[in-house]
Parts: sequence; C-alpha cells; structure tokens
Amino acid sequence: MSTPPGGDETPAEETENLPARLGEERLEAPVVRTGLFGVHGTPDTSGYGHLQVRQRPAIASEPPYGGYFDAVAQSLGSALTADGSSFGEAIERVVVDRGELTFHVRRAHLLAVADKLLHDPALRFEIFSGVSGVHYPDEAGRELSAVYHLASITHNRRLRLEVRTPDSDRHIPSVTSVYPAASWHERETWDFFGIIFDGHPALTRIEMPDDWLGHPQRKDYPLGGIPVEYRGTKVPPPDERRSYS
Amino acid sequence: MSETTHATPGATDAETDATEGRVYNVAGGDWDEVVTNDEERTSNEKIVVNMGPQHPSTHGVLRLILTLDGETVTDARASIGYLHTGIEKNMEFRTWTQGSTFVTRCDYLMPLFNEAAYCMSVERLLGIEGKIPERAKLIRVLLLELNRISSHLGGIGPFGMELGATTIFLQGLRMREYILDIFETFTGLRMNHAFIRPGGVAQDLPPGGLEQVRDFLRKSVGWMHDLRNLVDANPVFKARTEGIAYLDLEGCMALGVTGPMLRATGLPWDLRKSQPYLDYETYEFDVPTVDTCDAYGRYLVRMAEIEESLRIIKQAIDRLQDRASLPNDPWLIQDAKIGWPARLSLGPDGLGPSPEHIAHIMGQSMEALIHHFKLVTEGFRVPAGQAYVPIESPKGELACHIVSDGGTRPYRAHMRDPSFHHMQAVSVLCEGGNLADVIPAIASIDPVIGGVDR
Repeated sequence: MSTPPGGDETPAEETENLPARLGEERLEAPVVRTGLFGVHGTPDTSGYGHLQVRQRPAIASEPPYGGYFDAVAQSLGSALTADGSSFGEAIERVVVDRGELTFHVRRAHLLAVADKLLHDPALRFEIFSGVSGVHYPDEAGRELSAVYHLASITHNRRLRLEVRTPDSDRHIPSVTSVYPAASWHERETWDFFGIIFDGHPALTRIEMPDDWLGHPQRKDYPLGGIPVEYRGTKVPPPDERRSYS
Repeated sequence: MSETTHATPGATDAETDATEGRVYNVAGGDWDEVVTNDEERTSNEKIVVNMGPQHPSTHGVLRLILTLDGETVTDARASIGYLHTGIEKNMEFRTWTQGSTFVTRCDYLMPLFNEAAYCMSVERLLGIEGKIPERAKLIRVLLLELNRISSHLGGIGPFGMELGATTIFLQGLRMREYILDIFETFTGLRMNHAFIRPGGVAQDLPPGGLEQVRDFLRKSVGWMHDLRNLVDANPVFKARTEGIAYLDLEGCMALGVTGPMLRATGLPWDLRKSQPYLDYETYEFDVPTVDTCDAYGRYLVRMAEIEESLRIIKQAIDRLQDRASLPNDPWLIQDAKIGWPARLSLGPDGLGPSPEHIAHIMGQSMEALIHHFKLVTEGFRVPAGQAYVPIESPKGELACHIVSDGGTRPYRAHMRDPSFHHMQAVSVLCEGGNLADVIPAIASIDPVIGGVDR
C-alpha cells in the first residue's frame, strides 16, 4: 500500500491497519493529461483546469474468461493451430472487461484470424459491424489502434478485435477480402487516423475532401484546425481563439 | 443547353474529350437537344451521370455517380461526406453529459436512438447498468418505440413522394407530426432532444403526457389503416418496388446488413429479441419478416414494425400508469456523483432550475452544492476502458464505441451508424437495374445523411 498523501509520518505497521482507500493504486500511474479541454497557453474560460488524467492500466485477462468467451477462444485456438499458427502467436492478449471480450491481435495475423472467425463453423462471426480508430499518442510504439466489432448470428455472440500499429509504420492488413463490409469503415479510419489498410481495393478519403491535409481525429490534430471563413471574414479555429465570446 | 468543359482552362474541346470524354451540363428536359445534335456520339457510348449531391430524391446531400448504358445502370458509386460535421471529434472536447447533445444530431430522424446507444455505452463503462431506475427504462422504451414509428414514417412517406405520390408523403407525415408533438411535450423539442442522459432521462413524464400517447394510440389505428389501404396493394407502388433492389440473405451477410433490410430476407434478427436491453424481453411483441428480399418487402417489414411498436408503447404506458402512485419514483440514477443535479421546472420566466433545488443547494446542503458545482463544471469521471452496446434502431444495428481514459470527457466516441454501413450496398442494389429503380433502391435503405456523415 502506498503512502497516503499528506500522511507520510505514519509508521508502516500502523498504515496496515488504516482502511484502504478506493482507487489509491491509480495514483501511482503517471499523469498523461491535465486540464479539462486540453487547451493550454490561452486563458481557458470554459471550465475547471486542474484535472489530472492518469495513464490507463493495460488489462489482460487469464482464462477462464466466463460465458461463451472460453468457447470462442478455444475454437479460434484450434482453428489457428490446424493452420500451423497458434492462439498465443496470433493473439497478443485477451481482455474481458465489463462483459465484453476483446482479442488484441498481432497485425500480421489479422487476416488469418478474421478468416477463421468468419468461416469456422464453431465461430461464424458473420456480421462485420465496423472499424473504429483510436489514437493513443502516449503509448510509444503502439500509438494507433483499429478496433473491429463482430457479431455472430448463428451463435448469438459478440467479439471485439483490437490491432495496434506504431505511428511510424501505420500499416494494417485490410480485411475487405474476408469481410467486404469493411470497405467504407477502413476508408473512414484511413481518413480520420491515417492508418493504411494494405490490400484495400480503393483506400481513399471518404468523409473529408480528397485534397484535405492531415487526419482530423488524431489527437495531434486540433479541434477545428482551420480558420472558419464566412461571408468574407475569417474566424480563427477553436483551439486558437482567445475567448469563447 | 450549355455544353461546357471542366478541364484545364484554355484546353480545346478535342483535348478535353481525349482525357475525360465530353462533358454535358444538362438541366431538365434538354436531353432531346443533346441527342439530336450529337446522335453519333451518344448512341453507343456509356454516359456517366452525377446524381446529387443536391438531388431531391437522394435523402439529403448524397451524391451518386452512375454509369449508364442506355437506361441500364452498369456502375453505381455513392459518394458521401457532404454533411460531415465532426461530431465525434467535437465530443472529445465536451463532458460525458454534453455528449448526448452531439450524438442526437447524427441521424436526425432517430435522435433518441443515438442518445440511447451513447448513454448505454457510457453506463456500461460506469458500471451502472444495473442501477438505472425502472421508470427511466420505461420512459426510454416508450420514447424509443415512438421514435421508431416516426423514423419509419420518415422513411416511408418520402419514399412515396420520390415515386411521385404526394398522398403517401402527407399521410405518413400527418402521423409523424403527432409523434413529434408528443416528443415536444416530453422533451421540449421536436428533434435533437438530448433527453436520454447517462444514468436515466433528463426529466420525468410531463403532466398529461401519457394521455397524449393514449390519444395517439387511438388515432394511429385509423391512420395505419388509411396508409396500408393506400399503399399495400397499390399497383403503381408495387410496380415500382416489387423485385426492385433485390438483396438476399447471402448478400446481406456479406455486407453486414442488419435491420429491416435483413428482416426482408426472412431472417428474424432483432437485437431487442436476441440480445435484449432495457428489459425488452419482458415486452410482448413479434419480429415481422417477409422473404421477398426487395424494396416492397422492406416497406412491408417497416409497416409491420410500426404496428409492433404500437403494441410495445401500449405495454409501456400501462406500466408507467401502474407506477404513477409510487412515491419518489426516480427517473435518473440515485447517485449524487453521476446524476445531473438540477431539476428543471417551468417558472413564470420560462424553463429553468427548480426553485426547490436552488433552495436546497444554497440553503440546506453543502454536499449537494459541491456535487452540483463539480458535475456542472467538470462533469463526472468515467473509468478507463471501452464499451460497445448495440441496439436495434429503425435502420439496423446502432451502437456507440466509447473509449474512456478515466477523464471527464470521452477519449474517443464513434457512432456505428447503420445508414453509413448500408450505403455500401448501393452498388449491389442498383447495378444492372434501370435508372428509375435507383430511387426506390436508395429509399428502401432509408439512409439519413446526417448519420452517414456525422
């Protein structure tokens, strides 16, 4: 147990007898972000500015995972083994959190895993629900994340895959050859996060204009980013505005 | 007719034609001129037509790029992004409670579904799914099912108008109008409600609200009868929709299509039944299906779903009526660190925080004042993690992928919008068919560009 803030005079044998404080172990994690709206250097008039957000812990679950999760992991494991790979080789870690199952897939194995998930009779994840990118600039070497949501109508199950890629080498194999429905979702993730899906038939921007510079939903891209032009006047982008009036 | 080139300024017609083919700007009934003046070039050539982004029958600012061989569409591409407003990015800069105000603007025909999907994901992250008050769940179900009806009517009505039948449009909108009136009574707004909040709903039932819903239920019987009488067996409507935009179960599976399009192939996949949320397993209703796989079947499924929704609404208001006598039946989670503290009430100068609440925080409870201050300025913190709670929206599986880093605002929020997903099916639905069938094909997807582009 760590020393409670402000009470560093208490001897160790007495600290043992104090009631545990909820979430205290979280205080050891490094602070990754401060302030409410991420605005620095300008007088932020919109709210509380002393917020500290600490680094999120990396959770990894050990089997048994509970519910149908074990069956999914086992079926996927045996399907991959039959193919000369293995569960441990393809899946970096398994996370069971809040009743949802997540496989963190090593990107080289993504296509093989997706193929097994769709075609293996014990898995049959037919419905591809989408790709959602997430940018974690603080996690060096694994900054960009693509999150895939799958559903199985046959077995009435759900599964999430997460693939991480370093920002310096933003390549993830496209799953469009297995799930054609991934096409637009991968284009959107390329558009917003700059993740290049290798093997996608036409990886072009989808929401932003074709000639747009940058990938707007990355954390290093400010809110707004460009001045707003309206009827001949230019309003600076939100992150550069001096006040909110 | 004006014939212009959009290539390099100064380039001759011959040069432009060599690079991109001849460009015609045609409006209205000028086709005759093109054909008679240039018969040789147009008789055996494919024509690429830009439909939209301002075409009235594309459900908003959708642009279709159609390659035509005569009347046959050989290639259909949908181009989106004309209504992208950065809702997801904006949410990262506002608190969790304010997120509701943003998502409601995604698919503006089903605002309450967006809010519900978002709030249920946040609730899962907070770990308070089991603590949502019964009354809040009932109000949510009631409003969601009303919204399902209004969304379907907003799909079917304009569908008729796009085929040239304004009566269907007016009949549909008449019924939808009444639902919007109910929404106004319940939430204060006809759309963009921000009424469903993490932890419950923003307000209790208004006085007379249930009576208004009952009145609607009584009237809707006749309205549905009128609409079905007009459309179901209408030879013109059937000629335009039967066998059009065919997509069978295999196609739906390959494209991940859900909702009425999937149920029109005969598969009764409805998340309210298969993965129930908000206690849907306790309601009595059926999942209507047809097996025609075409635009007409999708219309039938939607109409039948409206009738099922009416059944659910009836059960929900009965349950709310039963709870009416309960003292202190909360509609927002009873957790001072999450539930929005201020209660709204209508004063002589308009809607505002209730005088009782102001008296309570200013005069009686220091704790309540602190909670109020913290929640309103900073918001509540959500433990780190990610959640994805899918719900059955009128258009298919709708969910919000939420990532939290433990702070007071979403680290990432992504709306998995069914319209966006289903727009991928446009090529499959339209290619090989007639140009005129593009309209019912798009309408049978029932896309809303606000949701597609977000």
